[in-house]
Amino acid sequence: MPECCAVGELQLSSADQQFLAGERGEGARLAAQLVVALGRIYGARDLVPISSVQVAGVSYRNLGEAGLEFLRSWAEAGARVRVPSMLNPAGMDLLAWQEHGIPEAFARRQQAVIEAYERLGVTVSCTCTPYLVGTRPQHGEHLAWSESSAVAFANSIFGARTNREGGPSALAAAILGKTARYGLHLDEARRATHVIDVTCPLHGPTDFGALGYLVGRIAGDGVPLLRLRAGPAALAGLEDPAASRWLPHLKCLTAAAAASGAVGLCHIEGVTPETRERPDLIAPQATRLAIESLRPAYEALNGTEDYVDLVSVGCPHASLGELAQVARLLRGRRTKVELWITTARATLQQARRRGFLEPLLSAGARVMADTCLVVMPMAGRGFRVLATDSAKMAVYAPAHCGLTARFGPLEACIEAAVTGRWQATA
Amino acid sequence: MRVLRGRVIHPGKACGQALVSSEPISLLGGIDAETGIIIDPRHPLSGQSVTGRVLVFPTGKGSTVGSYVLYQLKRNGLAPAAIINARCEPIVAVGAIISDIPVIDGIDIAQIRSGDWVRIEEGGQIVVGG
Repeated sequence: MPECCAVGELQLSSADQQFLAGERGEGARLAAQLVVALGRIYGARDLVPISSVQVAGVSYRNLGEAGLEFLRSWAEAGARVRVPSMLNPAGMDLLAWQEHGIPEAFARRQQAVIEAYERLGVTVSCTCTPYLVGTRPQHGEHLAWSESSAVAFANSIFGARTNREGGPSALAAAILGKTARYGLHLDEARRATHVIDVTCPLHGPTDFGALGYLVGRIAGDGVPLLRLRAGPAALAGLEDPAASRWLPHLKCLTAAAAASGAVGLCHIEGVTPETRERPDLIAPQATRLAIESLRPAYEALNGTEDYVDLVSVGCPHASLGELAQVARLLRGRRTKVELWITTARATLQQARRRGFLEPLLSAGARVMADTCLVVMPMAGRGFRVLATDSAKMAVYAPAHCGLTARFGPLEACIEAAVTGRWQATA
Repeated sequence: MRVLRGRVIHPGKACGQALVSSEPISLLGGIDAETGIIIDPRHPLSGQSVTGRVLVFPTGKGSTVGSYVLYQLKRNGLAPAAIINARCEPIVAVGAIISDIPVIDGIDIAQIRSGDWVRIEEGGQIVVGG
């Protein structure tokens, strides 16, 4: 028997063919069928082994009964993941949902979704920051991740390689342990299509989010290369940007670019490993332009209401450092309106051990793990105006949560939580 | 009778009357999974049912959660008999594969008119009319 055999132009190994023929079980056959079909649509040459998976399609609000049935049917067919796999945020804090006002009927269905994923062998860690709490991607490693901000962070900051997978295709890749080698898995598709000189200064993470918003609008599903001409200089050449004080900045930038456009990879000169290694980084026909002001982003994302009834921090999920910073800002104060801080379960537990959690709770904040406002059942809760320090949340809040957004720095958001008012910033 | 040949995205035999859209279709928000009816008011086929039809459209668009709409249609017995695209994209492909609905792409869809009887055969062959 030959080692490889062509299906269209896609070369499948004998192991791949066993999966496809159902010799490794029906569940594995279903998964192989999906991965192979996508490979053929995109003209992939072969399937590539992946080291981790992050599966979107977890909130019952998005999945519905059909999605739940699908997951159960694959579990029933014996499908089991073969590589470390984590989940995107669910529709509620899986432990403290009652405290946060989630209807019981929703909670039961959400729990059923989680049980189906557990049967499939997926680790119940529901977060958009899997790189902070478990599986930290390495440069050049192939992944199948789905959450758009996690994909953009993994590609842009770690130099790992993943497409923006849909929920079922990421799950199928986890079951097969491989994904089709196309798109951002290939050197060619990672070349910059847009070279953007950023000539305005960038101050806090919120400015990075505003920049990401503009970049996503410009680049669409292209691959931008950012040259930060006005700093911060300290950002370039860091050994480990994700462990540096720039983590929130990079998180906000990549999340916003992935939300306002469909950016899966945003090269940042001096940060993204390829920008230091590849002489052919810029594609021959690349568009060249400059961003001279962040004002258009703030004008697009920041509403005009002067009151606020909900404040969101932790989009993408707050890091330990961000929780500590909120605890400092809230010291000796008390919230007047709801302040919801979303984070990964493991980060919340670390915060509890380090003593950051108690001050947050006693100041009146809600700290929620496993979830996100964008996928929670938000209808009928009476909120109207959301304050957020995340450009991504400001993009999504109107359509997904029915909320008007005020967008500004973390300090302004905490001030809004304490006063219920949004103070105009310079 | 015309014979067209395309690429098999998901295999299977099927036949039915064509329902042809010149516009792309978004599954999420475009088709009601409880009735099988196209509900997007701006779509040219708004108000028509996809159930049992060979659904012909250029390509899919919209949210990736749309894959689950096809699955829900299938579970509700309201799915199209088959799908023919000019260019299949992942939302439709994934939805059709998990729902076991035959899909062929790479077809000049101007060759098919709404109401034509269409038979999907093996190997990406499509027989129109007759």
